Amino acid sequence: MTLKTTPLNAAHRAMGAKMVDFGGWDMPVNYGSQIDEHHRVRNDCGMFDVCHMRVVDAKGDGVRAFLRYLLANNADKITLPGKALYSAMLRPNGGVIDDLIIYFMTEQWFRIVVNAGTANKDIAWMKEQAAAHAPKLTITSRDDLAMVAIQGPNARTKVWQVLPQTKVATENLVNFQAADCGEYFVARTGYTGEDGFEVMLPKEKVDAFWYDLNKAGVKPIGLGARDTLRLEAGMNLYGQDMDETVGPLESGLAWTVDLKSERDFIGKTALLANPPSKKLVGLLLLDRGVLRGHQKVVTPHGEGEITSGTFSPTLEKSIALARVPKDVQIGDTVQVSIRDKLLNASVVKYPFARNGKAVI
Amino acid sequence: MSNPTDLKYTASHEWVKTEADGSISVGITDHAQELLGDMVFVEAPAVGRKLKAKEECAVVESVKAAADVYAPVSGEVVAVNGDLDNSPENINSDPYGAWMFKMKPNNAADVAALLDAAAYQAHVDSEAH
Repeated sequence: MTLKTTPLNAAHRAMGAKMVDFGGWDMPVNYGSQIDEHHRVRNDCGMFDVCHMRVVDAKGDGVRAFLRYLLANNADKITLPGKALYSAMLRPNGGVIDDLIIYFMTEQWFRIVVNAGTANKDIAWMKEQAAAHAPKLTITSRDDLAMVAIQGPNARTKVWQVLPQTKVATENLVNFQAADCGEYFVARTGYTGEDGFEVMLPKEKVDAFWYDLNKAGVKPIGLGARDTLRLEAGMNLYGQDMDETVGPLESGLAWTVDLKSERDFIGKTALLANPPSKKLVGLLLLDRGVLRGHQKVVTPHGEGEITSGTFSPTLEKSIALARVPKDVQIGDTVQVSIRDKLLNASVVKYPFARNGKAVI
Repeated sequence: MSNPTDLKYTASHEWVKTEADGSISVGITDHAQELLGDMVFVEAPAVGRKLKAKEECAVVESVKAAADVYAPVSGEVVAVNGDLDNSPENINSDPYGAWMFKMKPNNAADVAALLDAAAYQAHVDSEAH
């Protein structure tokens, strides 16, 4: 099978990237040391090729009402133009189809950003639901757009240096808000637990943008550091921490699901009928070793499983997200089965690190 | 980095150095550390453990992944490099200096029969295709 490539593929190779097959995409895992890249984002800034993610525009009268029904989080929460909302999109049985971000632009236009590996099934589902519930809406996959994330305490300043024309429109953005600056759609969002922007732009402009950022001193960051940054920030990875076989309440996403209001949404009935028996918690390894996905977690209340585990460069300890029986409490010590040993881990409230610092 | 010609190698990417006292030092090759990336944890075998050739005996973990290390020949573990407990990154910066454990081989001839640098490089090249 031929790997898919982003418009930045040649740039990655020119910058010394080690490339890997990431869900069918030929992507940079690092450009040398992924630990150095991680610290650079926490302490300064770095740029990520996220062109493999998909931008979808939902347009037409009644788009808000449609999203209110389509998504587990409530689109009514966003009324400030440009404001973003994180949500799960569920099957009727409550399984998570994907997690995504929607941006409220106008009452006729919401922008949606979905994961790479799920983009096609997401769009098929959105179109199927739109056909049934809002046939006048258009759901358009923006395959003409590229996306670059610039993250870290100095990220916004670097973007303004390279795209000065966007500064006026973006310098007053609050966290989780975007501005449509013509060719550049600039959002104060990200997947690292740091300040920064995600910039969507025409594909043919992304190579120049990438090199201009690099000239301004912004180094490229690979998927290796992207994973340790997001895990420290306590952000779920679709396909690892949740998928269609689990619901949002067992995936640490209860804060994004509003079950109390009258609003009906796809999956709500199933969530109300099936209270979760498990929950997602953070683990901090007390013994020496490295926590990894799929390791078994032994607790007095039954077994659980690590969904994502790694070595945290900020804490210099191993951390994980784990799905465990709901009676496990923060502060408990549990055991993790690693090869032939049971190692001790402390159950902690995540995130583990944000804004340059450890928070546990 | 080229593979030192005074060392022997295995197809599973360990290097082996014969010391003056007849013991062997074992580490992982530059190619192996390059594939794994930043090292964060090393679990060495216990001193005194008797190993069979190709037996799993140690683990190296990078941020990205865990990898088994195999005994290059049969013999007994006589020492482990405790420095790697606190500085596993030495494997990245100096792969042929960062030995993981030492063994007393049962047969010196087993060591002589391992891959030389050129044969190991040919093996690495063949794995890349």
